[in-house]
Amino acid sequence: MAKIRLAINQKPYSVDVDPQTSLLTVLREYLDLTGSKYGCAEGQCGACTVLIDGKAQRSCVTRVGAVEQKQVTTIEGLAEGDQLHAVQRAFLDLGALQCGYCTSGMIMSAVALLKKNSSPSESDIVEFMDGNICRCGTYARIVSAIQKAANSGSAASSAKGGSR
Amino acid sequence: MNPKSGVEIPIEPERYELRAAAPYRFDLDRREFFKFLGAGLVVVSVLKTAVVSQESGGNRQRRGESIPNDIDAWLHIGENGKITVYTGKVEVGQNIRTSLSQAVSEELHVPVERIEMVMGDTQLTPFDMGTFGSRTTPTMNLQLRKVASAARDVLIGLAAKQWNINPQELIAVDGKIKEHSGERSVEYAALVKGQQLTQTLPEEDPLIPAAEWKVAGRPAAKVDGIDFVTGRHRYPSDQKFPDMLYGKVVRPSAFEATLVSVNTQKAEQRGVTVVHDGNFIGVAAANSQLASSAAAAIRAEWKADSQPSNKDLFDYLRKNVVEGKDVTGDGDRFDTGSVDEAMKSADHRLQQTYTVQYIAHVPLEPRAAVAKWDGDRLTVWTGTQRPFGVRGQLAEAFHIPEENVRVLMPDMGSGYGGKHTGETAIEAARLARAAKRPVKVVWTREEEFTWAYFRPAGVIDVSSGVKNDGTITAWEFHNYNSGSAGIRPYYDIPNQRIVFHAVKTPLRQGSYRALASTANHFARESHIDELAHTVKMDPLEFRLKNLKNERLRAVFEAAAKQFDWGKSKNAGQGYGMGGGYEKLGNIATFAEVHVDGKSGEVKVDRVVSAFECGAIVNPDGLRNQIEGSNVQGLGGALFEAIEFSNGRILNGRLSQYRVPRFSDLPVIETVLLDRKDIPSVGAGECPMIGLAPAIANALFDATGTRLRALPLAPNGLKSS
Repeated sequence: MAKIRLAINQKPYSVDVDPQTSLLTVLREYLDLTGSKYGCAEGQCGACTVLIDGKAQRSCVTRVGAVEQKQVTTIEGLAEGDQLHAVQRAFLDLGALQCGYCTSGMIMSAVALLKKNSSPSESDIVEFMDGNICRCGTYARIVSAIQKAANSGSAASSAKGGSR
Repeated sequence: MNPKSGVEIPIEPERYELRAAAPYRFDLDRREFFKFLGAGLVVVSVLKTAVVSQESGGNRQRRGESIPNDIDAWLHIGENGKITVYTGKVEVGQNIRTSLSQAVSEELHVPVERIEMVMGDTQLTPFDMGTFGSRTTPTMNLQLRKVASAARDVLIGLAAKQWNINPQELIAVDGKIKEHSGERSVEYAALVKGQQLTQTLPEEDPLIPAAEWKVAGRPAAKVDGIDFVTGRHRYPSDQKFPDMLYGKVVRPSAFEATLVSVNTQKAEQRGVTVVHDGNFIGVAAANSQLASSAAAAIRAEWKADSQPSNKDLFDYLRKNVVEGKDVTGDGDRFDTGSVDEAMKSADHRLQQTYTVQYIAHVPLEPRAAVAKWDGDRLTVWTGTQRPFGVRGQLAEAFHIPEENVRVLMPDMGSGYGGKHTGETAIEAARLARAAKRPVKVVWTREEEFTWAYFRPAGVIDVSSGVKNDGTITAWEFHNYNSGSAGIRPYYDIPNQRIVFHAVKTPLRQGSYRALASTANHFARESHIDELAHTVKMDPLEFRLKNLKNERLRAVFEAAAKQFDWGKSKNAGQGYGMGGGYEKLGNIATFAEVHVDGKSGEVKVDRVVSAFECGAIVNPDGLRNQIEGSNVQGLGGALFEAIEFSNGRILNGRLSQYRVPRFSDLPVIETVLLDRKDIPSVGAGECPMIGLAPAIANALFDATGTRLRALPLAPNGLKSS
C-alpha cells in the first residue's frame, strides 16, 4: 500500500492503494467515479477509456502508480457544469447509443481523436475508434456523431483534460 | 447450497419463454396501494382473461373493492401532477423506456418529459415474465396506450362533473382538461387532488389510430439520454453501498465438475469471508483485489467427466438426439402433403447440410449483482431480463418465500437474450448472507464467456424438389438442436416435412436475439438460392414465384429496389439476399460483399434492409435496432464461434473471440415500411435473421463457392 496522489478532472485526490492497481479499479471502487466501465480488463473493448494528459488510454490496463504526475480526465469531468462537451451533445442529438454501456469510452476516445485531428475523415474515425466495441452495433451513428461534433467547431476548443 | 439448483434453463427456452404464463396474484389491497403511491388516480391494466370474468360493462370505476389480480401495468397521476407508470418490463438498450413513454404521452396528452417509468422492480411493479421475444411493443405498448386513454377519460369525467357539463364538450391538452370553447381549463393535478380513484380498463376503448399519432410514430430522443453521455447513469455493476464488500467465486475446473476437496485456510488468513457450501466456494472482501487474491489462494480439487469439443460438435449433435417425445409440446414435427412422392416426381432434387456454431452474447456489461440482507429479507440489484424469474430463483436457492425477495433492475448494459438467469444474484446473496453485509459480484469477461450460456449450435439437413419452371414442390427440413423458432417455411410449398430434433447438449445453451430463427433462415434462404441456381433463375424472381405472403413480398421488393438488384458488379464483388419473418415482423436483407482475390479477405461493403413491423412507434429507435441487428449479426455470420474442449472454453476473451468493430462496418441502408393499418410489433430480433444468408449468397455470387457453415469466413477465404 502507498499513498497515491492523483489529479482527476482537475481535482486532487489521495488514495491508499497498491500502485499496481489498475486506474479503472481506483476510479470505480475507491473514488466512486463509475462512468468509466469494465468490459474486458485487457484493453480490447475501450469501455474504460479515459484521457491521460489529453490522450486516450485504457484505464483497465493502466497502473494507477503510473499516472501520479498526470492529468486524468474521465467522462464525469467532460461537461462544464450543465454545458455538455460538443461530443456529448452530438451523441445525444444523433441517438448514437443503445444500451449506453460503451458510450463513456466512445466519447472519451472521440474527444482524444478530435484533439489531434479537428476534422477527421470517416476512415480516420474508423481507424482511431477501432479499439472501442459497441456490442449493440451503433457504429454508424457514432461515426456521424463524431463528424457532427467536429463540424460544430467547438469540439477542440471546448475539450478539457490537460492537453499539453 | 448447490449453486446450480436455481439456474437451470430448459433445452428450448424460446418455447418455454412464450408459454410460461403464470398469472401472479397481486397482493396489495386498495388502501395499501394509495398509502404507497399517494392520493390521486390509478388506472390498472388487467390481463384480458381476468377482465372478462370480473367486469361486466358499465362504469368500472372502483371505490371500495380490492385491486384485481393479474395486473400487468398501472399508471398513477398524483396530486402533484406527477405521472408515474409501473411496468415489469426492463430497459436493456432496446429503448422501451422511451417508446413506452411515447405511448402514454400520446393518449394522455402530456409531454414525454413529465412521465416517469418505473420498470423491473419486483416490489413496485406488477409481475412480468420477462423482457424477451419482442413482446414489449405488441403487448405492453398497447396496454399502456389503453391505460393512458382510460386515465384521460376519467379526468374528463371528473372535470365534466365539476363543471356540470357534458364530457363531450371537453378535451385533454398538455396536461389539462379544457372546454372546447376554450373558456375553462383545469390541471390534471387539481382534478385528482384528495381523490383515491382506481379504474380498470374498459373492454372497448377506441385508441388514437396510428395515422393520427402526434407523439408516437415520430422520432424521440432517449428520455434519459443525458445520464448516459455524462456517465451519471448507474448500471447494475455501478451500484454501491457504504459498507459493501466485493465477492469472488472460485470456479470449477470444467463444466459439470464436482468438488473433491478444498482447502480455504490461506484465504481465511487474509481476513476475508470464505463460503464453502456444496459445490459453491466464494469469498467476500473489502475490495475486489483482495477478493480476487484470496479466491486465488483457495486450493480446490475438482473431478469432471470427459466432454466433447467443438471439433466433433456436429457429429455429436446428430448422435445425441433425445427422440420419442415432443419435448416442449410446441409441435416438433410438421407434415403436410406427401413429401416422398413429391420428391420422386420433382425435376430436380437437392440435399444439403448447414451448420451453426455456438456463439456468445458478449453483453458489454457482464453479469453483476449487489445483494443485501435484512434479517430474512433479501434485496438484490442485478442486470437481468427477468427480474421476477430471478426473484423465484433466489427464493428457491435460499428456501425463503418470494415475498421476502426484492429484485431491482437498473437499466443494464445489454442482454441480447443472454441475461435471463440470476447466477450473480445468487452468488452475491450467498456471500452477503455469510458476511452479514451487502456484497457485490461482477463477473469478469472470462466468467461471462464461460459460465453464462450460449446460442445453441445446430445441424440442419434440407432436402427439396423443384420443377423446371421454378416451382418448389417438396421440402424436408431437419434441425438438430439449434431450435425451432422460424423453422416453418413461408414459401408456398405443398409437400413439407419439418422436424426439430432435441439433443442432449454439450454446452449450456439458451436464448439469443432472434433465437434459432437466424440458423433456420440461414439454412432455408441459402437452400432457396441453391434451388434458384439449380433451375437457372434469378434468386429474387425465384423467391417471388414461390411466395404469396404480401407483406414478405413487399419487403423483398422494397429492399431490391433500394439495393438496385440486377446492377452490374466488379471482380471480387457479389450480391445476395435473405429474408423472412419472425416475431410478427417482416425483413428482407440484401448484401454486397467483396472478396480480395489475393488475401481472401472478406468485406461486407453494403447492407440494405427493408423492414415492416406494423405501425411504427419510434422510427429513430427502430432504425437503431435494425442497424444494430445488422452489425451484431455480422459477427455470427462471418467470424464468431465458441471453441471448447473437455468442459472448458478455449477462447473466452475479447482478444480471442472476435466481435464486430468499426472497421467491419458496412454502409447500412434501412427502408421502413410503415403499415399504420397493422398493429405495432417488436423489432429487436427479426431484423437480424436475413443477414447471414444474404452474406452467404453474396459470397457464392462472388466466388462460385457455396459456404454452408456459420461462421462463414472466420479467417477470410483462401483465393479460389
